Amino acid sequence: MLIPYLWLAAFFLVPFLIVLKISLSHTLIAQPPYAPVLDLGAGWDALKSFFVALSFENYGFIASDRLYLASYLKSLEVGAGSTLLLLLIGFPLAYGMARAPRGWQPALFMMVVLPFWTSFLIRIYAWVNILQRDGLLNQVLLALRIVDEPPAWLATDTAVYIGIVYSYLPFMVLPIYATLEKMDDTLIEAAADLGCPRWKAFWLVTLPLSLPGVLAGALLCFIPIVGEFVIPDLLGSSQTTMIGQTLWTEFFANKDWPVASAVAVVLLCLLVAPILIYQQMQARGLETGR
Amino acid sequence: MRISGNLNETPLARPSAPNIDAAAQPLVRFDAVSKRFAGVAAVERVSLDIVAGEFFALLGPSGCGKTTLLRLLAGFETLDEGRILLDGRDLAAVPPFRRAVNMMFQSYALFPHLTVEGNVAFGLKQEGLPKTEIAARVAEMLALVKLEAFAKRKPDSLSGGQRQRVALARSLVKRPRVLLLDEPLAALDKKLRSETQFELMQLQEKLGLTFIIVTHDQQEAMTVANRIGVMDHGRLIQVGTPSEIYEQPNSRWVAEFIGEVNLIEGRVLEARADATLVKTADAGTLRAGPAAGVGPGDKIYLALRPEKIRIALGAPPAMTENCVAGRVWNIGYLGDQSIYKVRLNTGSVVKATVANVSRMVERPAGSDARVWLSWDPEGVVVLTR
Repeated sequence: MLIPYLWLAAFFLVPFLIVLKISLSHTLIAQPPYAPVLDLGAGWDALKSFFVALSFENYGFIASDRLYLASYLKSLEVGAGSTLLLLLIGFPLAYGMARAPRGWQPALFMMVVLPFWTSFLIRIYAWVNILQRDGLLNQVLLALRIVDEPPAWLATDTAVYIGIVYSYLPFMVLPIYATLEKMDDTLIEAAADLGCPRWKAFWLVTLPLSLPGVLAGALLCFIPIVGEFVIPDLLGSSQTTMIGQTLWTEFFANKDWPVASAVAVVLLCLLVAPILIYQQMQARGLETGR
Repeated sequence: MRISGNLNETPLARPSAPNIDAAAQPLVRFDAVSKRFAGVAAVERVSLDIVAGEFFALLGPSGCGKTTLLRLLAGFETLDEGRILLDGRDLAAVPPFRRAVNMMFQSYALFPHLTVEGNVAFGLKQEGLPKTEIAARVAEMLALVKLEAFAKRKPDSLSGGQRQRVALARSLVKRPRVLLLDEPLAALDKKLRSETQFELMQLQEKLGLTFIIVTHDQQEAMTVANRIGVMDHGRLIQVGTPSEIYEQPNSRWVAEFIGEVNLIEGRVLEARADATLVKTADAGTLRAGPAAGVGPGDKIYLALRPEKIRIALGAPPAMTENCVAGRVWNIGYLGDQSIYKVRLNTGSVVKATVANVSRMVERPAGSDARVWLSWDPEGVVVLTR
């Protein structure tokens, strides 16, 4: 009983407390670049002055500067938008996979998972290649005479959405597929027997029963997308940044560890609600064995 | 091969089937129905009539096509050949959600995301009935299956027997012309199964509906059904009331499938209007009742049910035919009856059951005792195939 809690403490609680502590410090040009530094060997007085030196000034700073608010909102907007797109694209995919002949399903499953065998970063660079002005997408559009002038795809929100939806699609498809695949086919027959045409049976039976998978997939996508950094950095513009990029800039460019830590803590607080919902669902799923 | 057992040749008006109106047009008619899966015939040229108000059982071993026939009627499979008529209307163009037929699935197929009430009301909602009427009919049906207290519960919190009642209520609430039951009692324990069989029979009579039940359990079929259709490998072998199937099987297969039977091989000596004389290797010359379509020299089988045999310790004085001697080889004590396995002089073993009419612990005929078996000529059935 104790070991799981110790594990959790060592790998989650302690690192979180470190970040929290740094967020309560102020920045210095020193090594480490913040003060105060915790020194457990320096005695009781040093400890007291340590706690006095901690302050919430960084949080006040974040609240006052519009940049951070805009970044948080942008992240939530992109998170919600791409989760919706992922749902619209991923659900039909998962449904098709679940309804495919049994012999095909392992192959289809492999096809969804196969991109993970390559490096994530390289796949995003591939999108840079495809979406640039003389890249593959524009070549196809010009060849098909859909456009006269090659439009600019990179450094737009559209490119960010494309990159995110492409990368996170397996996270949406697989939980939904798992739920749909476990569903009893005779339920659809029973619905037909009781007077439902096929589309109605889908709406009244399949969809409600797929909701656990849909919710799991949505949360599995939304939570990481909000903190996404690489995709908006490579594919997006500098006009609209997400919170991941802001944090990176704060940490590496400004060398302001305390403010960066504060940004991270606030992000965690924003995501607490969805994370708790997800965790509740998983716990209930384990209990009922579904 | 002479094929018997089709409805058109079997008279219906029997004392044992009081509810059936023999002259009425059949409610369900299967007309030379065939269905193949990947080239293998699951159902092969089955013709069958089912009358309104009947409790009909489709009986047969696993894989005989009985469930496929049921699913063809429900509309979940499409016919390869033949027609199915409901009340005279061809069902070919009618999709399953528009047929006046409801099914109770073997796995119950209850909707896990709806309550018991929601499950039962589901079919009525599809009909577009007003809410008050739906509520009234659901309440009435739940009272009928004695599940009123469970109305707000979800299926996963119910026991197997309760779930089965919900499935029954759900399929009955739409008042279908025919209710199809696909091995509905398979998952229940023995006691619950017998209770539910009786309840099903009462329900069917009370509501005046037509039930078609698919089962591999002969006892179940014999208990609940007005008529039984026995199937094997996609073909309908015999159709009749339980006593017809049991006492007048039309083939060795049916005789062996239902209950226990002794089959004695022989050749016809004489085929008379009042009797058939048969020469057998096991038991000498035997006399059976008159049999149509047999002539001298024909090879036939005599089917003799174990309970028709009398066992005596001494040779019965008046009997010269239908009497054979042997040694008791094994006695199976079942409490209400004992099964004697008697080895004849030729080495064949004959089974005879004797009801234990007295409470003796030690029976007079012990193992290896010399006994005489005898039976009446009417107790044997002549089978030509």
